[in-house]
Amino acid sequence: MDTPVWITLALTLKVAGWATAINLVLGVAVGWWLAHRRFIGREFVDAVLTLPLVLPPTVMGYYLLVVIGKRGWLGHWLQESFGINLIFSWQGAVIAATIVAFPLVLKSARTAFESVDPQLEKAARVLGLNEWAVFFRVTIPMAWPGILAGVLLVFARSLGEFGATLMVAGSIPGRTQTLSIAVYEAVQAGQDDTANFLVAITSITCIVVLLAAGRLAPARRGL
Amino acid sequence: MMGFEIDIHKTVRSERRSFELHVRFQTHARRSVIFGPSGAGKSLTLQAIAGLLTPDNGRIVFDREILFDRRAGIDVPARQRGFGYLFQDYALFPRLNVRQNIAFGLQHGLRNPSAKVSLEAVDYWLGAFDLQEIAAQHPDELSGGQRQRTALARALVHSPRALLLDEPFSALDPELRERTRAELDELLQRIDIPVLMITHDPEDLAWFGDEALYLRDGQISERPPTPVRRISTRLKVVV
Repeated sequence: MDTPVWITLALTLKVAGWATAINLVLGVAVGWWLAHRRFIGREFVDAVLTLPLVLPPTVMGYYLLVVIGKRGWLGHWLQESFGINLIFSWQGAVIAATIVAFPLVLKSARTAFESVDPQLEKAARVLGLNEWAVFFRVTIPMAWPGILAGVLLVFARSLGEFGATLMVAGSIPGRTQTLSIAVYEAVQAGQDDTANFLVAITSITCIVVLLAAGRLAPARRGL
Repeated sequence: MMGFEIDIHKTVRSERRSFELHVRFQTHARRSVIFGPSGAGKSLTLQAIAGLLTPDNGRIVFDREILFDRRAGIDVPARQRGFGYLFQDYALFPRLNVRQNIAFGLQHGLRNPSAKVSLEAVDYWLGAFDLQEIAAQHPDELSGGQRQRTALARALVHSPRALLLDEPFSALDPELRERTRAELDELLQRIDIPVLMITHDPEDLAWFGDEALYLRDGQISERPPTPVRRISTRLKVVV
């Protein structure tokens, strides 16, 4: 294999890191919204947003191509207006990983927000806090362990994303070829040593992340 | 004359039932008690007064200031109503120690007070309620009485213009309840602000009900229910 492993690893971490950061913001916002706002079709929205968890990654990849591909409505517009092409780029890989892993943080965040005692939020309001202060000083600290566990799962899931990423971003060594795709390519090419090495690195990284998730989840008094 | 003028209407729907709250009363007493069985709408009423629940219709006036008026489009948010509120289970912040809990509302911005926050008003109430020894402890390490004193200190540290008490003794065991009533009674003599309490316990009514209001099925009623009439002949009904 021509591309050094560290480049593949760095790219994988970059893609997973971006996907995790985006999912942290999106997951907290949408999770809070689903937990606190009652509206018709709430559970339908939740179900649609959970789809990436159960749909085959190739189906997700196909949907993404339909939307952000050259002839997709969003992709076409981005190309025409800004000259941006997401297909076969690392940014495309980030989008694929973000969407596939999103349900994990959404579920955790929604559950975490729903388990915050509303009395505490009321107490904070009576004590003079505005809604932003209530959110950052009461709601987030109470819900944080659950959100963090979800975020770490997102990171682990993004590290291992394969199907949707391959369809949207392809497998360009050094540019869009992440660890899991490199493993596939190495096995296809009969490079067993490379495959073993990549598999070991991926496994170790994921185990570390899961251990961290397990340690952080029951944490008390984070604040 | 300081006092509450309440006239509110609220329909609360849950999956199984729908509840009509239609509460109308005035009170200018220093200590008023809304007495009623559970499910009568006491908590809804108190929360509406505090601004934690928006009535469908009506008016809430305190000390001649309109806090809520549906028709005039006035709805002062809870944070600006200036009431102290004691929650039934005290609603102390579990991740903050006693000192931080008391200082909570005095610190503005998006960060909670630090574990060693030192503010004159906080130290005053820690002293007044004999909480200095346990100032660094967290709520789950406190006894029921200590929790109640912490919650009261947190409510009073703002110098509220009235104190709203939601079943203040129901979370305590019976022996402690007796003693805490006497303590609260003594404290309320010292702080000169109106107090509005909701309770289902006739004893509370006897201790704190300078003025008594009886709430049943979402409405203030003229007559006390029978068990109360026996023990509280000295109380007058005001509607």
